[in-house]
Parts: sequence; structure tokens; C-alpha cells
Amino acid sequence: MSLHHFLVLGAILFTIGIVGIFLNRRNMIIILMSIELILLAVNINFVAFSHYLHDVSGQIFTFFVMTVAAAEAAIGLAILVAFFRNRSTIDVEEIDSLKG
Amino acid sequence: MAADLVFYFFSAITVGAALGVIVSRNQVHSVLFLILAFFNTAGLFVLLEAEFLAALLVIVYMGAVAVLFLFVVMMLNVDYEDLRKGAIQHLPMGIFVGLVLLAEFAFILSGIHVDGHQVHAQAAAQVSNTMAIGQVLYTKFLLPFEIASMILLVALIGAVVLTHRKRKGVKRQVIADQIARKREDAVELVKVAPGQGA
Repeated sequence: MSLHHFLVLGAILFTIGIVGIFLNRRNMIIILMSIELILLAVNINFVAFSHYLHDVSGQIFTFFVMTVAAAEAAIGLAILVAFFRNRSTIDVEEIDSLKG
Repeated sequence: MAADLVFYFFSAITVGAALGVIVSRNQVHSVLFLILAFFNTAGLFVLLEAEFLAALLVIVYMGAVAVLFLFVVMMLNVDYEDLRKGAIQHLPMGIFVGLVLLAEFAFILSGIHVDGHQVHAQAAAQVSNTMAIGQVLYTKFLLPFEIASMILLVALIGAVVLTHRKRKGVKRQVIADQIARKREDAVELVKVAPGQGA
């Protein structure tokens, strides 16, 4: 169980998150969940480096990433609910009202 | 080694659950897979001796964020099958980007060598993980900590402002109107002649 094991796991999770955005590019909820997966992969990398370098700063940074991820999920879902209320859909391709 | 087995166990379930999140047809299943992925990642954090973050992941992610997703998924009445139409035509592009990303990661990971076990900068400090985080979080990282709290406050207020709406036709108490009400507005005295009422 070396650092590389965790880095490979983080890379795989990150890739799954990116592929998830491509695969479900019309469903905004799945896109938000894919973003959560990407942030989780980043967190795994941070904590693994923190462990193997004996430096707690990586865990602190994970803490801040979690804060921002929670805020992002709350705001994203609030926008989603507000949008659904107006247009009765969560299709990303329909969200182009600002295009004019 | 036992730790290796635990690592492979947790990481295999995490990757499987992450795949489940993106391919699942049912949205609720996606959220539940997301919760499974978070939980197994918390197990990996324990393996990395980051107990505080493991607890945080369980409490904040599984307890708050995932439940928020679950609420929204169940609250919105969306035809999810309709949203999946045309997904197959994006599949080759997604797989292409994924393979390129994986190749790049493999290229990077084969090039770095971090042998951290030789670094013993603060090996003498025998404090628990939570205490170690607390010792730097409120001293060295005080300003980022305060900024993080402001971000959370903005997110809290922003979510309320975005989702709050005034409904039409709902009776509600307006105290200013009640106080401003005069006797003349409310009561009308009418002189009624006998026999002319009704």
C-alpha cells in the first residue's frame, strides 16, 4: 500500500467523474454528482500526500475543499430547483435563456 | 498484508460505486451509489490515519450533501428516461476523453517518485489526528478558516434567496397594515329607518 496506490485510485475516480459529465450531459443532477466525485478524487490525493509526507497541511486543504464542495452543492441544487420551477425541466441544453 | 487487502476492498467498492453513479438509470440509485462511494472513501481515510476527515466525510457528505441530493431528486418530478436520450451518441467522446485522461495520469504517475517514509519532519509529535489539525487550523490557517466560514454563510443565504418565492393568494399577517388601520376604515355607522332594513 504505497502512495501510488492512492494516486491511481484518485486518477480512476477523477476519470469516472469526467466521463460521467460526458455521459449524462443533459441531466444536471448527475453532472453535479460527477463534480462531487471529481472533488472526492482530489481529496483522496490530498490526504494520501498528507499521510506519506507527514504533513497535516494536506488534510487542512481537504477540509477547505469539502467546505467549498458543500457550498457548491447547496447553491447548485438551489439554482436547479429555481430553474425547474420556471421551466419544468432540468435539461442542461434547455438552460440557454441568457443566449438571447 | 492486511492493510493492502483493506485498501483493495475499499477502493474496489469505491470505483464500482462511482461507476454506478454515472451509469445508473434510476436517479435515486445514483445518489445511493454516491453515498456508498463516500462511505468507502471514509474507510480509506481511516486507513491513511486521517480520522477527523473520515468523520467529516460521513457527517458532512453523507449526512448533508447526499441527503440534499436525495431531497432534490425525490422532490422534482422529472422524466429521467427522456434526459437519457442521445446519451449513447456522447459515449464515444466520453470514453475517448476518459482514455486520454487515464493515459496522461499513467504517464505522470510513472514519472514521480515520492518516498515519503523517509521524511520525518514531525514524527516526534505524538498527538491525535484531530488535535494535530486543530493546532494548525486556528493558528496558521486562521484566515482561510474565516474565509471558509464566510463562503458557507454566503451559500446559506444564497440558497434561501434563490429558492424563496412569494406565493400569490396566501393570506399572511402584515403588522404595519394592522397598526395603520383607522376606525373610519373599518366601521360604518348607518342610520336605518324602522322597516327599511334588510
